[in-house]
Amino acid sequence: MIGALRKELLLQWRTRTQFMAVFIFGATALLLFSFGVGPNAEILRQFSAGFLWLGLLLSSTLTLAESFHSEMENRALEGLLLLPADPRALYYGKALANWIQLTLLGWALVPVMVVLYDAGTNRLPSLLLIIALGAAGLSAPGTLYGAMTAQIRAKQTLLPLLLFPLIVPALLSSVKATSLVILGDPMHALGSWLMLLGAFDAIYWALCGLLYGRVVED
Amino acid sequence: MSEFAIDAQRLARRYGRRWALADVTFRVPPGSVVMVAGRNGSGKSTLLRVLATAIRPDNGNASIFGFDLVKQREDVRRAVALLSHYSYLYESLTAKENLQVTADHLGVSRDSIPALLDQVELGPRADDAVATFSAGMRKRLSFARVLMQKPRVVLLDEPYGQLDPPGFALVDEVVSALKARGTTVLMATHQLERGAQQSDLAIFLEEGRLQWSGKAAEAPLGATR
Repeated sequence: MIGALRKELLLQWRTRTQFMAVFIFGATALLLFSFGVGPNAEILRQFSAGFLWLGLLLSSTLTLAESFHSEMENRALEGLLLLPADPRALYYGKALANWIQLTLLGWALVPVMVVLYDAGTNRLPSLLLIIALGAAGLSAPGTLYGAMTAQIRAKQTLLPLLLFPLIVPALLSSVKATSLVILGDPMHALGSWLMLLGAFDAIYWALCGLLYGRVVED
Repeated sequence: MSEFAIDAQRLARRYGRRWALADVTFRVPPGSVVMVAGRNGSGKSTLLRVLATAIRPDNGNASIFGFDLVKQREDVRRAVALLSHYSYLYESLTAKENLQVTADHLGVSRDSIPALLDQVELGPRADDAVATFSAGMRKRLSFARVLMQKPRVVLLDEPYGQLDPPGFALVDEVVSALKARGTTVLMATHQLERGAQQSDLAIFLEEGRLQWSGKAAEAPLGATR
C-alpha cells in the first residue's frame, strides 16, 4: 500500500495546479452562498458550517472524479491489476491520497469562511480535526464511486448522484460538529457527533475497501 | 503441473452479440515462440487479453502452466506479462517513475531500472515525462515494463507497431533473449515474415475462429494479407 500511496501523491504533486483550481472553485462557492443569504452577519455566521461543508462537498466531486483520470487515459489501472497488484492496496493508496487532498482543501477553505462569514473560533485544532474526519467520510466512498464512474461519459453528473445520498450521515455529523465549534457547545455534544462521524468513517473505509476489487475487476 | 505453457480449450469471448473469439483450441509447449496472425478484428488482441486475464472468457477455458484463467487468476497474473495496445503508463510521470511504480507494485528492487531503460534505448530520456514521448518511445517503455516482470509467458500485442527500424531490431533481440531464457512468447503481429522468422509455431485467426495452426515455417503467410 505504501507503493500505491507514493504513486498517488506523486501524481497529485505533478497535477498540483489543479488543486489551486479546485480551491478557487470552493472559495467561489462559499462567496456565492453568502450572496444567497444577504448581508446579515448573524445568519451568515449561523450557516457558516453548512456552507463550508457544501463548498467542500462540491469541490470534492471534482477532485474525486479527476483522481481516476490518470488511471484511465492509458488504462494504467488495468496494468497494475495485471501485475498483479492487490486491489485493496490500490484502493487504500488512492483513498488516503484523496483524503489528504480533501483535508488540505478543507483547511484552506477555513480562512475564506472566517473572512466571508465572520465565523472565527478559538477551538481551531478541533475544527481542523472535524474537517479531517469529515474529509475521510467523503474520500472513502468517493474513491469507490470514482472508480465505478471513471469509464462513464457522464461521470461528472453520475458521481454526485451516487455519492451524495451515501454520505449524508457523515455530512450531517460534520456540519453539526463544525457548527458546535464555531457557535459554541453549551451541552458538550461535540464528542458525541465526533464519535458518530468516526463510526461512519470506519464503516465506509472497511466496506469500500472490500468492494473495490469487485468494482475494478468486473 | 501441466506440460503445456498455454492450454486453451474452446475459448470464446463476445462483445455484445458479436463473438470476437469462438471455439479457439490450441496448446503451446513451454519455451515456444508463437505468432498469432489474422486480419484486423480477427480476435488476436481479444485472445491475448483473455489469456492475460484482462477480460474473462464467456465460454471455454484456458490454463497457463496449469493455472486456471478464471479460478486462479492471481497465479496466472504472476506468470504472464502483457504488452498491450494500451501503454499502461502514467502520462505525468517520467519514464523512470513509471518503472518505479511497476517495481513497487511487483515488490522488486528498483536497481534494475537504469539497465532496463538502457536496454530499450530510453536511458537519456529517463527523467522526461511520458506525455512528451512519441508512440514508439511509449512502446519501448511498455516493453521495459514487461521485461521487469520476469514472466514465464509473455503476450505481445503488435510489438512492432509504431516502432522505427531500430525498434524492430530491438523487438527481435528481446524475443530471442526471452526464448533463450525459456520464456514462452505469444506474439500477435501483422509483420508476418518477421514474426514467422522469430517463431516456432503460428496460429491464424479469422473472425474469432482458429483457421490454421502449425509450424511457423510452414505457415501460409499469403493467406491473411
